[in-house]
Amino acid sequence: MRNAFGQPQSVLVLGGTSEIALRVVERLVAARAKTVVLAGRNESGLTSAAEALKEKGAEKVTTLTFDAGDPSNAQSVINQAFDAAGGEIDLVLIAVGLLGNQTKLDDDPAATAEMITVNMTWPAAAMAALRPRLISQGTGHVAVFSSVAGVRVRRSNLAYGATKAGLDGFTLGYAESLRSYGIKVQTIRPGFVRTKMTEGLDEAPFTTDVDQAADTIVKGLSASSTVIWSPPVLQGVFLILKNLPAAIWRRMPG
Amino acid sequence: MTLGHEELLAGWGNTAPSWATVDRPRSDLEVTDEFAEHNGSLIARGLGRSYGDAAQCAGGTVVSNRGLWHMSSIDPRSGLVEVGAGVSLDELLAVSIPAGWFVPVTPGTRQVTIGGAIAADIHGKNHHVDGSFMSHVTTMTLITPLGTIEVTPQNDPDLFWATAGGMGLTGIVTKATLKMVPIETSYVTVDTERFNDLDGIMNAMISGDDAYRFSVAWVDCMTTGPRMGRGVLTRGDHAPRSALSGKNEGRSLVPPPSTMLTVPFTPPSGLLNRLSIKAFNEAWYRKAPKRRDNEIQSLGTFFHPLDGVAWWNRLHGHRGFLQYQFVVDDAHGDIVRKAIEVLSGASVPSFLAVLKRFGPGNPGPLSFPMKGWTLALDIPIGPRQLAGVLDQLDVMVAEAGGRIYLAKDSRLSPELLRAMYPHLDKLEAIRRKIDPENLLASDLSRRLAI
Repeated sequence: MRNAFGQPQSVLVLGGTSEIALRVVERLVAARAKTVVLAGRNESGLTSAAEALKEKGAEKVTTLTFDAGDPSNAQSVINQAFDAAGGEIDLVLIAVGLLGNQTKLDDDPAATAEMITVNMTWPAAAMAALRPRLISQGTGHVAVFSSVAGVRVRRSNLAYGATKAGLDGFTLGYAESLRSYGIKVQTIRPGFVRTKMTEGLDEAPFTTDVDQAADTIVKGLSASSTVIWSPPVLQGVFLILKNLPAAIWRRMPG
Repeated sequence: MTLGHEELLAGWGNTAPSWATVDRPRSDLEVTDEFAEHNGSLIARGLGRSYGDAAQCAGGTVVSNRGLWHMSSIDPRSGLVEVGAGVSLDELLAVSIPAGWFVPVTPGTRQVTIGGAIAADIHGKNHHVDGSFMSHVTTMTLITPLGTIEVTPQNDPDLFWATAGGMGLTGIVTKATLKMVPIETSYVTVDTERFNDLDGIMNAMISGDDAYRFSVAWVDCMTTGPRMGRGVLTRGDHAPRSALSGKNEGRSLVPPPSTMLTVPFTPPSGLLNRLSIKAFNEAWYRKAPKRRDNEIQSLGTFFHPLDGVAWWNRLHGHRGFLQYQFVVDDAHGDIVRKAIEVLSGASVPSFLAVLKRFGPGNPGPLSFPMKGWTLALDIPIGPRQLAGVLDQLDVMVAEAGGRIYLAKDSRLSPELLRAMYPHLDKLEAIRRKIDPENLLASDLSRRLAI
């Protein structure tokens, strides 16, 4: 059950080795979360993440492996996750995703299709599988890790940005579809965060580290707005960037 | 078979709503059917005045008691009246006051049902003299998954007291017999006194409360420094006819009026914030007389000031608000000051802080009152540090041997609950007997792992 602050007692992370998502879960465990299910591709990564959470105070942490390249398994993954959690999940974090390298993706149809499947199709299928369970549960909260890269797709990471733009759009519509049931759905748009995933890449302006991102996201999860920007200043920054003429936008660095 | 509909339900604080099927049975038989027909969880609900998630059941069934409505006549010698669980105190008083009877215990609102009054074992401004609501209930009909039971404190004290303040977790009460209090008038004689600080109020309450039936202090939690906890103490008794004069004498038993004002929609969040609350508190403090004795106030004015504005909870906006109410024994009265200091230090604004004294508690394993001090605070949800600050207060209260009132709670953790209510295992043993399949559950019971 979530309390008056929306603090969950049970959390499912789809994409259970995401550094940002795990740091968020750490904060939630310090508050009220006792049951955690981590689902992802990398079994050893999931196991060590689970151990770390147990050390931070989580009582019951389960891991599940699945391949986000195959959306036909989404229903089964959701079923297994709910079973592992004991039948009820307060908060689902969807942090499945590949960052990729656009230079390699440019001419590679298979890799491009894979990026879109993992980053957009699988999460959308998972959300569809979640919907009836949350409605019958009578309560629930879903937060999807999108990115500012989806606000206006850039040439430098166009496949990634496109998947985040699509995921965002899906999430916002999905949020409306669950609103009257009292189920909260939010999309999280982080800017550049220093993580293993972004190691070696040039930093963008308003870069944060994982702790700062996690703090902002945890605050956002308790708030009512559908979009959580991290850091919050990016909302204003992208309002401007979104409306720049193309001639100027294409000259922006990065 | 009652026709249910689905609804998003929340408590009075408008936080953490959940979706449930709502049924409204009209007889004991229909309530029995609820247990037979529903394979999910269920919990009863009255008028939804508990602040948190006590009367909601995500994914389950909420059984409204408002269809369980009847009122017997009031026995003129004993004052006993039998009422359906769905009868509200407002409805009962509308009929009883003109006949010269008052409820033995009333909270700050008349908009609670008899069933709710039992589930929360409500208290009022007279706990130090008259105890809680359940002290005045002589018998009740309780329907559990295993059957219908007439429960009295004599024939099954364990079940009776487990149901007192049991938050609906022992079954669904369909009716109860209550002992009313005879009154000569619908007025109260009131002594009001203003104090510059908390110590003044608390000392006055210790030294003088025994002389009054009713006593309550409003405390300003927004001032810091030496004036912290300044407030207004109001104490009184039912007014005898001889106390009335002139205009009141002719109509001495007048029921409280129906509400004139309402908040028809939810305004934007943030209306009630640090600045507006500080301003209100200043005005409220200044408006009170430094000292005024034997003032005649109507029952409605003295007992139920907020009932004058329907849906006042909407003023807190969509974000909602919460109530934090705790009790500590006399040896730990300093916790009252410490709690206000902690909130003040964390810049958490509290609108409406009320301080009362309690007399001894009852055997209910989940019943809230114990002899000592109780402080109740209304807090808007806004401040981000609020969750952590309240967790801190929980630890402070638990370490002092005190506890939180579950009828007001919307964010306590299961661990602190167990620390605060050491006899929880008694309730759990009773529930295992009368509800072996664990059908009775609310969002609150699931959140608190009861």
